Amino acid sequence: MTIEHEIHPIPLTVSRREFLKLSATGLFVFFTAGDLSLFTGEAEGAVLPSDFNAFLRIAEDGRVACYTGKIEMGQGVVTSLAQMLADELDMAFASVDMVMGDTDLCPYDRGTFGSLTTRVFGPALRRAGAEARAVLLKLAAAHLDVPLEKLAADQGEIYHKDHPGNRVSYGELTRGKRIEHYVQGNVETKGPAGFRLMNRPKLRADALEKVTGKAKYAGDIQLPGMLCARILRPPAHGSRLLSVDTSEAEKIEGVHVVRDGEMIAVLHEKWDIADKALRTVKATFERPEAKVDTESIFDHLVNIAPPGSSIAEGGSIEAGEKRAGSLVDSTYFDGYVAHAPMEPHTATVRLEGDRATVWPSSQTPFPAKDETARVLGIPPAKVHVISPYLGGGFGGKSRNLQVGEAARLAKLTGKPVQVAWSRADEFFHDSFRPAAVVKVRSGVDGEGRITAWDYHVYFAGDRGAEQFYDIANHRTVSHGGIRGVSPDVHPFAVGPWRAPANNTNTFARESQIDMMAAKAGIDPLAFRLMNLGDQRMKRVLEAAAELFGWQSKPAPSGLGRGIACGIDAGTWVATMAEVGVDKKTGAVTVKRVVCAQDMGLCVNPAGAVLQMEGCITMGLGYALSEEVRFAGGEIFDRNFDTYDIPRFSWLPKIETIIIDNVEAAPQGGGEPAIITMGGALANAIFDACGARVFRLPMTRERVRKAIEASG
Amino acid sequence: MNEEIRFTLNGERRTITVEGDRPLLWVIRQDLGLTGTKYGCGEGLCGTCTVLVNGEAVRSCHTPVRDVRNKEVVTIEGLAAGDRLHPVQQAFIEHDALQCGYCTPGMIMEATAFLRRNPAPDRADIVEAMDGNLCRCGAHDRIIKAIETAAANMKGGD
Repeated sequence: MTIEHEIHPIPLTVSRREFLKLSATGLFVFFTAGDLSLFTGEAEGAVLPSDFNAFLRIAEDGRVACYTGKIEMGQGVVTSLAQMLADELDMAFASVDMVMGDTDLCPYDRGTFGSLTTRVFGPALRRAGAEARAVLLKLAAAHLDVPLEKLAADQGEIYHKDHPGNRVSYGELTRGKRIEHYVQGNVETKGPAGFRLMNRPKLRADALEKVTGKAKYAGDIQLPGMLCARILRPPAHGSRLLSVDTSEAEKIEGVHVVRDGEMIAVLHEKWDIADKALRTVKATFERPEAKVDTESIFDHLVNIAPPGSSIAEGGSIEAGEKRAGSLVDSTYFDGYVAHAPMEPHTATVRLEGDRATVWPSSQTPFPAKDETARVLGIPPAKVHVISPYLGGGFGGKSRNLQVGEAARLAKLTGKPVQVAWSRADEFFHDSFRPAAVVKVRSGVDGEGRITAWDYHVYFAGDRGAEQFYDIANHRTVSHGGIRGVSPDVHPFAVGPWRAPANNTNTFARESQIDMMAAKAGIDPLAFRLMNLGDQRMKRVLEAAAELFGWQSKPAPSGLGRGIACGIDAGTWVATMAEVGVDKKTGAVTVKRVVCAQDMGLCVNPAGAVLQMEGCITMGLGYALSEEVRFAGGEIFDRNFDTYDIPRFSWLPKIETIIIDNVEAAPQGGGEPAIITMGGALANAIFDACGARVFRLPMTRERVRKAIEASG
Repeated sequence: MNEEIRFTLNGERRTITVEGDRPLLWVIRQDLGLTGTKYGCGEGLCGTCTVLVNGEAVRSCHTPVRDVRNKEVVTIEGLAAGDRLHPVQQAFIEHDALQCGYCTPGMIMEATAFLRRNPAPDRADIVEAMDGNLCRCGAHDRIIKAIETAAANMKGGD
């Protein structure tokens, strides 16, 4: 066979860490374990390495390297973190090199999730940048023999304010020296008046690599001698392997078959040949009886739920219900949803002596390091995880199952191994957004005031469960969350999915609010505003209403417009949608979506808008079509032919507003807008045709049935 | 059965000896080392693996490599003329028409083939042409705008 092979350079190796530690010059800014307060929530539970945890290094060439344990999965922090650092340092944006998710070079990080990068890591990084700038100013004062107060910094240079020709570059200041600075927390970061890069739109820094095919993802790591593994998957979760015949696969030239306990893997240099060989493997499994399915899951969840814990309460529900003119008692249902990132889970592992190098598609490179060490039985210090770009995560790439598989197979075969899941594997081993039930009983008086709110959520989780309206008599109870629930609850893995719990909670809450508005005969916007004391919520609602051109009419008005609002990751968001409903078929067409959000200081308005649009588009899926169908541990939707994610033809006209609130601390941007889509569309469907849909996704059939029931 | 297959890849003549029924995607990625073309679904359902074969957009995960014998294959790596990006690539950058970037090569190849067929499309034409390409991040609106810009910049040429 003729092979013309290109070997791709491997970006960083273990020795680079040693090089940086021992011999590199430049200005380093470190933090120590004592600075953990800077990272509340970020580094908890882990012992930080004390030897090497620099945030940044300014090198002799005047470039600054930014070290972060965060990874880039499309959310745009490769751009916004560079903006923050360059701005605090008074450097050009283009002179920042982002080093992300490299466990040898970057400070410890639990993972990239929860919209924490901008609101928690960001401020710490800015402080490091501000202190580095202060150190450089001191060095410049000595170098130029100019008093500190006479100096200013711009574009990586420090100059005399009165004699701008008298200047020195950062590179010159650090040349030939090794300066270590430990974060002291005594230098102020910039205020909005000092921003030159932050709060100004910046196009994605990774775009050129991504439009040319140069951007590397985990599967693009091709190592000499590497084997691609395909692993035999059971037909259903909970199955037990009874027998297996791999003889046909073994006949294929170049195929290695590995059996290790219940793991049967077929490996070959080429993924497709391994895949073809896997298809020849004959196996029988014993499958457990299916106890729940797509339809029976909801009763099961309510029956198995623990008593629950109160998240918030006040006043007396009984008193509130007595004051109510009418009560609304509803139950809402939400199915399992897949993450379905375009890049399936992948990991490449290379062992050299007692050291391992891992290139995973993972939102959690440090936990991936621990997982590799555990599987291989070596100390974590011997494992180096290098994070390539991630082809989408959405909360689904945090478990590192594929990393463990690749590490195990690399050890068993003695060769570098890449495990790249097929799409069917991806749907099978995904940790789905959990199915959930919400029961709400609420009351409204003759004037349209909400008098009582009794809210019980089963297994969605707490996030977004607590209501924010002015309701004196209220109770919010969560019965079982996402993590730590009994294995009898779900027949397969569940986990966080973009704005975990909040999609389900906001759908239920905002549907219920609309039902009360309809009972009271009040326009849904007016009803919300009169029941809200929260000024930030009123502001986003009013901003969205103005752009939308909201007409005040009680629902159902026939106009087909709906509202939902909520709070997620510290951001206030309000969405208004306009839909058309085909009353015969139940088909919903989303025509227009207007979304306003208050996210405090918006570091990169271009990136934030991109995330809002992404949330709105992705949110169409869980609202209208996405649902994992199953019987027991068997998943029926295993590819995009039956699992329907949003397409170009579904796209509404999308308009976004970011409230100007630069003085407030920056908040999350990658998740908030998605929480409103279920509720806004449910309310718009009701407004269009008078039919209320209580179950997500609001498929054509469910909408049609709701229309028939309301007719 | 190995067979010898000659074709043009990104303007270069190539001769490979492989099993002819292997998917073009994996031959490109692993035998020829061009990893810009991505695996997404393996069944021609998502479009991440799209390449050009004689100027037409083709799902390489579903195309046996023998089907490209004596044909011209262009992947994302072969679209730019040296450092000069193709107008579709340029427009994707200008419109931030990507997030995670994994579907991007397939989107760009699909759009490039489409603009050859229809150099002056309206929005509905673009939506129809791109509807088989999936993006999970929700960059759709930007992608449409990028294709509109590319069409305007190409004005039927390029």
